Amino acid sequence: MSLKLKALLKSPWVFHLSTGSCNNCDIEILDCLTPRFDIERFGMLLAGSIKHADVLLVTGSCNRMSVERMKELWEQVPKPCLVVAVGTCTASRGIFKDSYNCPVPLDKIIPVDVYIPGCPPKPEAIIAGVVKLIEKVGSGND
Amino acid sequence: MGRTVIPIGPYHPLQEEPEFFTLTVEGETVVDIDVRIGYNHRGIEKLSESKTFENSTFVVERICGICSTSHPFAYTRAVEDIFPMEVPVRAKYIRTIIAEAERIHSHLLWLGLAGHFLGYNTVYMWAWKLREEILDVMEILSGNRNNYAMFKPGGVRRDIKKEDIPVCLKKIDSILPTLDMLKKAVLDDPVLHARLKGVGVLTYQEAIEFSALGPTSRASGVARDVRKDSPYGAYREMEWEMIVTGNGDVFDKAVIRILEMFESVKILKYCLNRLPEGEIDANIEDVPPGEGIGHIEAPRGETFHFVKSDGTNRPLRHKVRAPTFMNLPTYKATVKGETISDATIILAAIDPCYCCTERLAVKDTKGKMLYDGTDLVRLSREKTERLKRRMGIR
Repeated sequence: MSLKLKALLKSPWVFHLSTGSCNNCDIEILDCLTPRFDIERFGMLLAGSIKHADVLLVTGSCNRMSVERMKELWEQVPKPCLVVAVGTCTASRGIFKDSYNCPVPLDKIIPVDVYIPGCPPKPEAIIAGVVKLIEKVGSGND
Repeated sequence: MGRTVIPIGPYHPLQEEPEFFTLTVEGETVVDIDVRIGYNHRGIEKLSESKTFENSTFVVERICGICSTSHPFAYTRAVEDIFPMEVPVRAKYIRTIIAEAERIHSHLLWLGLAGHFLGYNTVYMWAWKLREEILDVMEILSGNRNNYAMFKPGGVRRDIKKEDIPVCLKKIDSILPTLDMLKKAVLDDPVLHARLKGVGVLTYQEAIEFSALGPTSRASGVARDVRKDSPYGAYREMEWEMIVTGNGDVFDKAVIRILEMFESVKILKYCLNRLPEGEIDANIEDVPPGEGIGHIEAPRGETFHFVKSDGTNRPLRHKVRAPTFMNLPTYKATVKGETISDATIILAAIDPCYCCTERLAVKDTKGKMLYDGTDLVRLSREKTERLKRRMGIR
């Protein structure tokens, strides 16, 4: 594992990127920050700018308008950056599979490290997903 | 003085949804605003027309995560409006319970985010902690924290168990002292008074001209609430108060939402205590040809659904109008003349929900409009007809 990755995993800053979701996953991500779940105790912090991000939490069904912006953001983010697909929409487009505005799932656009299924996934699931991501990268089985 | 254009978004830490604001400012003062949305468009109306009446409920539920009761509620009412039918009383009560619990969670969510935008993070943490209790009630009643899947045309999908009711009542009672404290913390705080009073005023006349809905209009003195004006569900049965204030500023919008939560608790407790026995589903078999409308009071205002049926098992046309669609243009009246630092809270004050509001239009690269909504519906119908002819259906 590179030194960069090791430093990154100590306290991963997450950036939340919504690509056409119904708000539910976004709210559950915000919920993780609030007293009951409080992911800040694991050193995770929601970053305001993509340039501060170590982990991208992507939600939503990747619609045509946001895909272009997402590619632009992906170029701006400092690498290495880990990507977590939160919710069924991001993983497989779920109920919006047949929609004219959701052409491809997320992993056809940018590389995804962890998928968290659920509509919406519970905050517990999101925390477990990010912890698994840290374990996976930490053990070197990339 | 020279004008400067400040772009905000589409990905910015202010709101959790992507949207793009262009603020034109002269010095500190905002002189014009433009909102561009479309980052959340998923083509729900078209998708719903390809699903059966019962399956469409799940699609409309995913229009918006916060209003995941309001849209199915309005949609099922629209389907039930197509032909004469009666929803069982118990189902009506269960629908009301879910809708009111959602109102509490939505208002708490707004209150928390508003506190966050003001830099008052204590309110954010308190409100969201309190919201968890309501989500627990939802989980007990429906099995999920959001996206409850309780609705179906003709009734509800899941019954409320007798042994769950005391647990829920206890949880609801337990939030009341904290809610009271939160009310005092917000309404009696001199800092918030100084920060919010007289900011982003929407006058009575403007509220009527823009057809503002829900708390946005009631804060301006327009007494408009679907629950009172054309009662549905079980709202006719009990006494409750419509909260109306007159100043139209951000502070009044907060007051309305906080006081409404107490009314919602009242309604919730009434319904849980007096839940009648009986069927929960009218078992609709076929939907005859016809048109139906359904409108209900969502936490943000009136949600309106229109469904047209041609006698098959799918809607021929499904039209959705969410409250933010009407509330969004009020920015033009409220933000102009305010400072940039106040703009964030004014933009948040209508409790905007962009994913409800998304529409589709086709433009060429120079910005010329090629097809608007009506054209696209016409094109879609023509294609369906072509396909039907080719496949030899009817």
